[in-house]
Amino acid sequence: MSPAPDRLSPQITTLIVLLVVALFLLPWVAGRYPVYLAMQILILAVFSLGFNLLLGYTGLLSFGQAGFFAVGAYACAKILLAVPNLILGIAGGVACAGVAALLLGILSVRHTRIYFAMLTLAFGMMIYSIAWKWRDFTGGDDGLVGIPRAPLEIPGIVSVSVAAMDRYYYVVLVLSLLAILAMYRLIRSPLGLTLQAIRESDTRAEFAGVPVRKYRLIAFTVAGLYAGLAGALLPPLENTVTPPIAHWSTSAEPVLATLLGGVHSFAGPIVGAFLFFVIKDVIVRFTEYWLIWFGIIVVALVIGFPGGVMSIFARRHRRVVQHPDDADHMHKVQ
Amino acid sequence: MTDLLRIEDATKRFGDFVAINGVSLALPAGRLTAIIGPNGAGKTTLINLATGAFVPDRGEMYFKGDEITHLPVHQRVRKGLSRSFQVMNIFAHLSVLQNILVPVLAMRGRAGFPFHEMTRETEAVTEARRILREIRLPDAENLPAGTLSHGDQRLLELGIAIAPAPELCFLDEPSSGLTPVERTMVMELIRRLSTERRTTFVIVEHDMDVVFALADWIVVMNRGQVLIEGPPAEIRENHAVREVYLGEEELLA
Repeated sequence: MSPAPDRLSPQITTLIVLLVVALFLLPWVAGRYPVYLAMQILILAVFSLGFNLLLGYTGLLSFGQAGFFAVGAYACAKILLAVPNLILGIAGGVACAGVAALLLGILSVRHTRIYFAMLTLAFGMMIYSIAWKWRDFTGGDDGLVGIPRAPLEIPGIVSVSVAAMDRYYYVVLVLSLLAILAMYRLIRSPLGLTLQAIRESDTRAEFAGVPVRKYRLIAFTVAGLYAGLAGALLPPLENTVTPPIAHWSTSAEPVLATLLGGVHSFAGPIVGAFLFFVIKDVIVRFTEYWLIWFGIIVVALVIGFPGGVMSIFARRHRRVVQHPDDADHMHKVQ
Repeated sequence: MTDLLRIEDATKRFGDFVAINGVSLALPAGRLTAIIGPNGAGKTTLINLATGAFVPDRGEMYFKGDEITHLPVHQRVRKGLSRSFQVMNIFAHLSVLQNILVPVLAMRGRAGFPFHEMTRETEAVTEARRILREIRLPDAENLPAGTLSHGDQRLLELGIAIAPAPELCFLDEPSSGLTPVERTMVMELIRRLSTERRTTFVIVEHDMDVVFALADWIVVMNRGQVLIEGPPAEIRENHAVREVYLGEEELLA
């Protein structure tokens, strides 16, 4: 995290390259289900990465990110139902979520800690009830159905069909990788440093000349854009959007994924998203009450690795910022 | 001397408690002022009013002639008014260099640049390293600030306060918790910075050795009011001051 950047070690770089190559080859070597699962993981990874910009880097715990996820999904669905153009749908979803986050952020970032968490929870549930009640626009509890996996099209220039699941996978993959890359740069930029300073001490940051509330709003809006992108990728995949995606339990998914992977590590939310679906997928095979078992596993992991799974690598690789809470624990383990 | 900061008839209440009661104070450029007084005299509240952490219930404040009574904290910092904290307030999990970079970038209006790496901020990094040399912490730049010794954290606290290149800088008990050696070093540093950087320092301090060694001017506060102000020699002889410090007279002797 030092400003003279500790470059990724050769081993980590190799690992990332191999992973990306594997992801690009996936549709050739695996069946439909792994490809579908990979898309779910990528979508949650993007969603969680935005969430962790707030929690891990700015120090704000939002319980309402599903609201922006849903705005992205519904906006994308409405656009695709009117104009079958995937670029327009996804861009529109992201933009609408960004605007929603900006507006609700202005009200939310006036508060911090539990008050911020409660406000975001309330705003999230407000969006949920809009999705539920505004039947004419959202389709109520039936949701929106028959959303086309529209082609990537620049009218008159190019039109690429992504109707096949394998092809749509590449849309999700490329956009997710770009979003991850953009976040990686953001974290290491002056903006990333300023946000981390606010997390460490908002009074100190303010007295260092940082307009703290403005920067919290920027972080909140960026997190909303990421939630919106994740949400917008979903309707073309599922061909349908229903109100549960706006429910607070959807907001809990990036929270759980981030806790699993590690709050204080850039890759934490990505690794956590992977673990989230893998654990879920395994448990669902054995029991219908997967959520209970899932909860137990998350609690066990959080107690066992308070810094998330990524903290296991903390001593060997300096990608993870060591925190006292984690460090204390590491001593005990040793 | 022109007044850098002028406080006019400021009052601040917390419920029924009047923390600052009709204080008027002028802080001219180039004069190192020490604010002293017993616990609860209102010294830190006065800093909080001057730097914008609190808005006074009554009264006005002017910085270089401009009214700043309702100006937000970060804008006062941009105008050249900064502070350190009595209780340690640093960015503990950031590196020492990053601690200094935060105010340096904010002052350059570059704190919000989102898409390039810190390494491209060469001017800011150079300036931050220069400040680390000034506060004698150049070898620690990559250490997490929270791992520094108490004394070094105090120095860093001072470094963050001077990083915005303030014209007026409040230091809230800069010597608290320091060893005698560290204290001497901090005093020398303050003296040197006030001549080299032309920063006007206002210190709140309990240690009378530090106060009398550094201050050109002493303001004595008691119960939210300015009891008396004047040059050190005059304050040392003042009977009223001795009464306020009853039992602590040997400190002033």
